[in-house]
Amino acid sequence: MGDVILVITLLLICLGLGAVIGKYMARSLNDEKICLTDRFICRMGIDTKSQMNWKEYLLSTLVFTAFGFIFLQAVIMCQAWLPLNPNHRPNLPFLMAFNITTSFVTNTNWQNYAGESTMGLFSQMVGLTVQNFLSAAVGVAVLLAFVRGLLIKESITLGNFWKDVSRFTIKILLPLSILFAIFFIQQGMPQTFKGTITATTLEGKAVKIPVGPVASQMAIKMIGGNGGGFYNGNATHPFENPTPISNFIQLILILLLPVSCVFMLIFMLPNRKEGYMILSVMGVMLLVGIGISYWGQSQINSITQMKFLEGTESRFSTFECSLWSVLTTAVANGSVNCMHSSLSPLSQLVALFNMMTGEVIFGGVGSGLYGMFLYVLLTVFLAGLMVGRTPEYFGKKIETKEVYWVGIALLFPGLLNLVFSAIALNTSSGLSSISHSGEHGLSEVLYAFSSSFGNNGSAFAGLSANTDFYNTFTGMGMLFGRFIVIVACLVIAGRLGVKKAIVAGPGTLKTDTTVFAFLLLGVIIVMGALTFFPALVLGPIAEHLIMGQ
Amino acid sequence: MNEANTDIDFKKGLDFKNAIIDSFFKLSPRTQIKNPVMFVVYLGCLSTTAVCFVSMINQTLSFFEIQITAWLWFTVLFANFAEAIAERKGKAQADSLKKSRTGVNAKVVEGKNIRVMSADDLKKGMIILCEIGDLIAADGEVIEGIASVDESAITGESAPVIREAGGDRSGVMAGTRVVSDYIKVMVSCEKGESYLDKMVALIEGAERRKTPNEVALGILLVFLTVLFIVCVITLKFFLIYLKGGTASIDHKEFLILISLLVCLAPTTIGGLLSAIGISGMERLLKRNVLAKSGKAVETAGDIDVLLLDKTGTITYGARMCYEIIPAQGVSIDDLARAAFLASLEDQTPEGKSIVQFLYQKFNVKKDNQKDDTICFIPFSAETRMSGADLMDASGKIISSVRKGASESMRQFIISLHGDYPQSVADAAKMISQKGGTPLVVSIDEHVLGVIYLKDIIKQGIQERFAMLRKIGIRTVMVTGDNPLTAATIAAEAGVDDFIAEATPHAKLQRIIDEQESGHMVGMIGDGTNDAPALAQADVGIAMNSGTQAAKEAGNMVDLDSDPTKLLDVVETGKELLMARGALTAFSIANDISKYFTILPAVLVGVVVINGHDLLSVLNILKLKTPESAI
Repeated sequence: MGDVILVITLLLICLGLGAVIGKYMARSLNDEKICLTDRFICRMGIDTKSQMNWKEYLLSTLVFTAFGFIFLQAVIMCQAWLPLNPNHRPNLPFLMAFNITTSFVTNTNWQNYAGESTMGLFSQMVGLTVQNFLSAAVGVAVLLAFVRGLLIKESITLGNFWKDVSRFTIKILLPLSILFAIFFIQQGMPQTFKGTITATTLEGKAVKIPVGPVASQMAIKMIGGNGGGFYNGNATHPFENPTPISNFIQLILILLLPVSCVFMLIFMLPNRKEGYMILSVMGVMLLVGIGISYWGQSQINSITQMKFLEGTESRFSTFECSLWSVLTTAVANGSVNCMHSSLSPLSQLVALFNMMTGEVIFGGVGSGLYGMFLYVLLTVFLAGLMVGRTPEYFGKKIETKEVYWVGIALLFPGLLNLVFSAIALNTSSGLSSISHSGEHGLSEVLYAFSSSFGNNGSAFAGLSANTDFYNTFTGMGMLFGRFIVIVACLVIAGRLGVKKAIVAGPGTLKTDTTVFAFLLLGVIIVMGALTFFPALVLGPIAEHLIMGQ
Repeated sequence: MNEANTDIDFKKGLDFKNAIIDSFFKLSPRTQIKNPVMFVVYLGCLSTTAVCFVSMINQTLSFFEIQITAWLWFTVLFANFAEAIAERKGKAQADSLKKSRTGVNAKVVEGKNIRVMSADDLKKGMIILCEIGDLIAADGEVIEGIASVDESAITGESAPVIREAGGDRSGVMAGTRVVSDYIKVMVSCEKGESYLDKMVALIEGAERRKTPNEVALGILLVFLTVLFIVCVITLKFFLIYLKGGTASIDHKEFLILISLLVCLAPTTIGGLLSAIGISGMERLLKRNVLAKSGKAVETAGDIDVLLLDKTGTITYGARMCYEIIPAQGVSIDDLARAAFLASLEDQTPEGKSIVQFLYQKFNVKKDNQKDDTICFIPFSAETRMSGADLMDASGKIISSVRKGASESMRQFIISLHGDYPQSVADAAKMISQKGGTPLVVSIDEHVLGVIYLKDIIKQGIQERFAMLRKIGIRTVMVTGDNPLTAATIAAEAGVDDFIAEATPHAKLQRIIDEQESGHMVGMIGDGTNDAPALAQADVGIAMNSGTQAAKEAGNMVDLDSDPTKLLDVVETGKELLMARGALTAFSIANDISKYFTILPAVLVGVVVINGHDLLSVLNILKLKTPESAI
C-alpha cells in the first residue's frame, strides 16, 4: 500500500511541477523578443537572430557537439596537467577517454570508469558537468525544431539552434540546478574542492574518502537526464544519495524535465489534446512497466530463497530499487540506486525493453519526445492506410521520404544493437568482460548495448566495460543511437515544415483519440518485440523461467 | 462495354492458365529482385533447395526438408501468381477497351464526295461537313455557311451561339453540336497520339508507375525484412554462445532458421503489393473510368473539395420546357396547342422537351392535328425563330405559328403590324432574370404567350451530393450563368457553394485558393475552358464527351460522362489504401504470433534444467515437434 502511495505521490508531483515548468518553457523558449540571454550570447559573437533551415540547424547541432567532444576529450586526456586535481589522477588513455567523451556529449553518461578514483575535480566540473548541461540542451533544441517543423506551414525555418540551447541552459537548467544543488548540500552531499576527507571507522581505522563538488554535479545529473555519477556507486553511494528524502527528490528529478518537455509540447500545440494523447501513452507504459517490475521484484529468488536483495543498497526497499530502475530506463536517465544485475529477471526485462524501444516513455530531456514522434509518424502512416486516406499528421502528409527516415531512426539502432551484441558474444575480447556465463551473461551484454544505443547510460554491473572492445563498440553505439535519430528528426522536421497543412475533414484520421493512443501503444510494443523478442527470450525470460524452477 | 465485359468473362479460364505459366516465368532472378521482400524468400528457396540436393547426395534426404522447400517455393509462386493474374486481367480490359472505342465520326468532304471517317483519323487541313445534330469532330475554322452551335459542353453557356465563315466567329471547337443549318469546317488541330492509346498502355501495366504510398510502404517493408534477416542471424549467434561457442549448423537447424525468416518477412503484403496496385486500376476501369496513373486514384481518396462544372454535370446542359405563361386574354390551352404545333417537328432538345412537356401536362396529342397540312419551318440563325405553317388541302397557308427569342419575335410581330403585349414582355423579362430562357409563341400576328425554358437538374444528383457531404467532400458548382440563376440551381441541386459567371481564370483561382487553405481539390469538367482548372486540381476528371484539351489536362477520364462517378473513384482510392494498410497491419501483427509458433522449435533444448526444457512454455500452441510448427 505504501508503495502504491509512493508511486501516486511521485507521479502527481511530477505532473504538477511538469505542467508549471512546461508552460514556462513553452513561453520562454519560443518568445520572439530578444531577451537578456540572447544579448549575452550575442556579445560572445554567436548569431542568435537568424532563422535556420533544417540543414543549418543540423550542422549547428553537429558542430556544437563536435566542439564539446574535442574539448572534453582534451580535458580528460590532460587532467594530470590541469588545476584542481588534489588526488593527482593521471591522464586517461585515448579509447577510454573516447568512450567517456562520447558518453557525456550524447547525454548517455555510460560510465566505464569509477568516478571518484579516475577523475580530477577539474574534469568533473569543467569537463563532465558542462556536458551534462549542454547535451541536455541539445536534446531540447532538436525537440523544439521538430515541433516547429510540425507547426509551421510552407516555411523552412526551424528556429535558431544557438538561441534554443542558450535559453534552455540559462533559463531552465541553471536555476533548477542551483536550487537543487543547495537542497542536496542541505541533505548532506559534499560540495568542496578538497580531494579527500579522512574518517575513522567503527573498527577504529582511518580511511580516506574522496570528495569534491558532488552536490552541484548531482543536481544536473538528475535534472538533465544524464545519470553519470560522481561516485562509481552512483545513487547507491551515501554521498550521492544521503537520505530517504534525497532519494525521493531524485526520483522526482528523474521525471521532472522529461515530463515538462511533454507539457511544453502541450502548451505549444494549437490542439492540446494531441499532446495529452502522447502524455497518456507514456503514462500508461510507465505504469505497466512499474507494475511488471514490482511483481517481478516481489517474487522469491528460487536460488537464494529470499527476495532479490543481493546487490541492492539495504537503505532502500526492493521496490524503491525496481521503481528507480523503471524510471531511469524509461527516462534515459541512467542513474541507479541498486545494481540492475541483481534485479529480478522480470524487472531487468522491463528495464531492457524500456531502453530498446528508444526510451520514449517521457524519455531523455527532449530526446524522448522526439523519439516518440517517430513512433507517432509510423503509427499515422500505418493507421492512415487503414482508414483509406493518405496519412497525415497535423495536416502534413507523411510520404515516402518521411517513412524512410522514420524507418531508419526506429530500426537501425535496434539492428546495430543486435549485431554488436552478437559480435560481443562470439569474440574472445567480448566474452572476456562477461562475469556470468549463460543467460545472465547474454543479459549483461544486451544491457550494455541497449544502454548505449538508447543513450541511457545505466549499467547492469557485472560487465567490465573498460576494455578496448567495449570502449569502441559502446562508444559507436552511443553515437549511432544519438545521431541517427537526431539527423532523422531534423530531416523530417525540415520536410514537414515546407509542406502545406491540409485541413482536417471528417475523413481525416484523428490523432488525438483514445483509439489512436492504443494504436500508438501497439506499434511501440510490436516494433520493440519484433526486433528483440528472440534476444529477450534467451536472456531475461529464460532466466526468469530458471529462477521459477 | 457490356459486350466487352462478357468477352473478358469468356477469357477468364484462359487467363488463369496463362497466369500460372506467367508465375513460373516470373521466377527469373531479374524479375524477383524488383520485389525485395519476395527476393529474400526466393533466396531462401534457393538455399533450401541446395540443402535438399546435398542431402540427396548424402542419401539423408528427409521428408521434413522436402516439405519446407516445397512450402517456400509455393509461397514465391503464389505471389507471382497474384501479380500475374492482376496483369492478365488488366491486359484483357485493355484489349476490350481497344475494341470498344468508337470515336466520333466525321463527314470529310473530298471534292464532291463525302466520306465518313473516324475523328481520330482526321488530318490537319481536311474539310468536314457538319449538319444539324452533328458533333463537330475536331477544332477548326468555318469556311462555308452559317449555323447556330451549342457550345454548352465547352463554355457552359446554355444558349447556342452563331458561327459563320469569315470574321471573328469562325472558330469551332470539337465536341460542340450543330443545332441549326450546316457548316463546312477546315480541321486546324490534328489529333496526335490518341489519348485512349496512352490509357491502354497504362492499363496493360507496362507503364504502371508505383504510387507514393506504395513506394513508402515498400520502403518500410524492406526495412522490416532487413530487420528480420538481422534478427535471425543474430539469433543463431546468440544460440552459438549459449551452447558453448561451437559455431556449427546442421541441415535441420538451417532449414528451421530459413523458415523462421520467411515466416517473419512480410510476405503477405510484399507478395500482393503490386497486384493491389494493378487491380485498383482495373477496378476503376470496370466502372468505366480511365486513370492516367495510380497516384491519381489514391489522391482521389483524399479530396475534400469537389468543383463541378454545372453544364452537363449537374444539369442536362440543354434547356427544357418548365412552364408556359399565356398572354393576357389568351387561354392556356390555346397557347399549349400553338406551342405544340410550333415544336412538333423541332428536333432540338428544347423542341422535344416542349412537346413532351405539353403532352404530359396538357395532354396535347399529335392526333388532334391534321398531319398532312403542317409544314415545319426549322430554326435558322438569321431569323432566330422556328415554327410551322398550317395549310389547307390546296396548300394555301391558313395560319402560321412561330416561336423564338423575345427580341426577334417582337420585331417579327411589329413587322406584321401586330401588337406585342406588355404582359408577355414582362413575363419574358421575369424568366430571363430567373436564369431561364423565354420563347415567345405567336400565331400569325397575335402573341399567345411565353414558353419558360430552363436548365433541368439531373435526377438523383441531390442524393449523390448528400453522400459526398457525408464522406466529407464539399461540392462547389461552377457556372457561367449570372449569380441569380446560379443560386437557384445551386439550391435546387444541393451543392454547398457555387461560383457564378465563372471565367477559366476564376475557376483556376478558386482551385488555387482552396489548395492554399489546405484542401485537396477534385475538379470535374468537360470543356476546353475547364482545362487549366483540371490541370491545377489534385484530381481532374474529364468527361469522355468533353474536349481533347480537357481530357489531356485531367488525370482521369470518365467514359460514361457521368460526373457522379467521382463517388466510385473516391471509394476505389480508399479501398486501395485500405487493402494495403490492412494487409500490412495483418502481416506485422501476425509476426508476433509467428515468433510464438516457430521460436520454440528453434529453441528446443537450449535451456534444459533437470530434464525440463524450460523454453517450452513459449510453445503456447502445444505443438509436439518443431517440424509440425513449421
